Amino acid sequence: MMDVLIVLEDNNGKIHRMGLESIAAGQRFSNEMGLTAGALVLGGNADGLADQASAYQLGEVLKVNDALLESYSADGYSEAVKQIIDQENPTYVLFGHTYQVRDYVPRLSAKMNKPFLVDNIAIRVENGQPIFTKQMFNAKLSADVEANSSGPFLVSFQSAAFSMDAVAAGSASIRESTVQLDIAMIRTKSEPPFQEEAGGVDLTSADVIVSIGRGIGKEENIPLAVELSKALGGELAASRPVVDSGWLPSAHQIGSSGQSVSPKLYLALGISGAIQHVVGMKGSKNIVTINKDPDAPIFEISDYGVVGDILEIIPKLTEAIQALKN
Amino acid sequence: MKIAVLVKQVPGADSPLPIQSNQNWVDEGAVAFIMNESDNYALEEALQIRESMGEGEVVAVSLGPDRIQKVIREALAKGADRAIHIQMDTEGVIDPLVTASLFAQALKEENFDLIFTGLQSDDLGMGQTGIILGEMLGMATASLAMATELGDGKIKVKRELEAGWFQWVSLTLPASVSIQSGLNTPRYPSLKGIMGAKRKELKVVTPNAIDATQSLEKVYLPKSEKQTVMIEGSADQIVEKLVETFRNEIKVL
Repeated sequence: MMDVLIVLEDNNGKIHRMGLESIAAGQRFSNEMGLTAGALVLGGNADGLADQASAYQLGEVLKVNDALLESYSADGYSEAVKQIIDQENPTYVLFGHTYQVRDYVPRLSAKMNKPFLVDNIAIRVENGQPIFTKQMFNAKLSADVEANSSGPFLVSFQSAAFSMDAVAAGSASIRESTVQLDIAMIRTKSEPPFQEEAGGVDLTSADVIVSIGRGIGKEENIPLAVELSKALGGELAASRPVVDSGWLPSAHQIGSSGQSVSPKLYLALGISGAIQHVVGMKGSKNIVTINKDPDAPIFEISDYGVVGDILEIIPKLTEAIQALKN
Repeated sequence: MKIAVLVKQVPGADSPLPIQSNQNWVDEGAVAFIMNESDNYALEEALQIRESMGEGEVVAVSLGPDRIQKVIREALAKGADRAIHIQMDTEGVIDPLVTASLFAQALKEENFDLIFTGLQSDDLGMGQTGIILGEMLGMATASLAMATELGDGKIKVKRELEAGWFQWVSLTLPASVSIQSGLNTPRYPSLKGIMGAKRKELKVVTPNAIDATQSLEKVYLPKSEKQTVMIEGSADQIVEKLVETFRNEIKVL
């Protein structure tokens, strides 16, 4: 019996980082609401994941081993988690907002006709009821959302909304659960995951990253940023629109679908600060932003900000740094 | 091959977003609307599939008040064969279960082989409608498609995973697939396309109301997480202060 069920994802035999963050969120939320929390692991590595999860302060860890869950499918996972929810009857089911969760939890929501409150950056309790905060309009506005129906409620958390350092250690018992799946219900077939060009760009170890966004305007302006990154002795990176436009290879991309970095200096040039980008650079020690739009959401996480024209400032900045070095 | 593409009209990246005084929503009168970015790619992918197969139909479907007919016309001008407008005042409607149910009502008789949606909308950012719709209509689903291939009654989708990884997944048809931005180069409408769009079928339907399972309490400007030091002045003064900051505060020079 558990009121809060935290569903953990497998990341090559380890609990996905965002799963640990959702344990932190679940522990805090359960304490505040006076509820009990447990975790669920499933898939080919369920045994190992259950052992890892049992080292945290949780009422119980459920594990599901099933041949049809060994490789991920939206059909299989949504059905399996639904059956576990039916068996355990939790009021809240928590997830990290991973790409896998985005892929199957909407199906689960539809199967159960229960709301999926997605990508939350905070929860607070008012009059005994949780209020969920998410970003809207590409992080330009925040929104408070409430569930109207009765539970179970499906809830996911944005990457880094809760710190995995806050997870309380403990010792939880492990219980094996079973689900009834039929191979005919799985309509997808997955091939093994692969990486495209590694590209030889390791942004994760750079001290200085000069990162460009849509504000760079056109491909012809890219050399301006290249010069500045060289002058600073740093690496050049980009947000998704620059890569999508084909101006830089995807190996330079920062964000949820690219690399995650935490350099001493992250110089964000013409980057608005969409969530998908921010999750990959929020941990930088110093974020310096130049953007012509004073309302760009990236300013909210910046240590230093300049409202101005990057095309005017970049060449002057490069020149000043070069002059200083000579 | 019969393909539905869900297109949404959303505020453009540079649009003002004034918040209503009751904080219920933004003041839509002041908003500059455009077609949702990833929906452009979804539409282009559908058009390219129809063109490469040399047969089939692409139907643009959109939900909202009359203003959204602008993006419907845009989809028709780019090459969609016909369109369905599910006419409803959607202000304050945020529940993807409601949105998907409204689409399911309008599409269930159509028997589409494929439904394409953008990955997520640039306003609500729920990222669920296409997948829920797939479940409601008994379809296989996949999200974050970076490439598609059709054959043997299946669609193969290159799914984006995290941190630069990908995976090919094959789905039996019918299927609902959400499309990631960047997988193709969306076309611009031609003059001929724009003229021709006026003669294409645009069916307007009014749906039955559905109870929401989640609702918006209020919208507001985000609270800044950091004390941001703003550097001001002429370009030369800004550059001077930046160099000083890099050197003395951040110590990277």
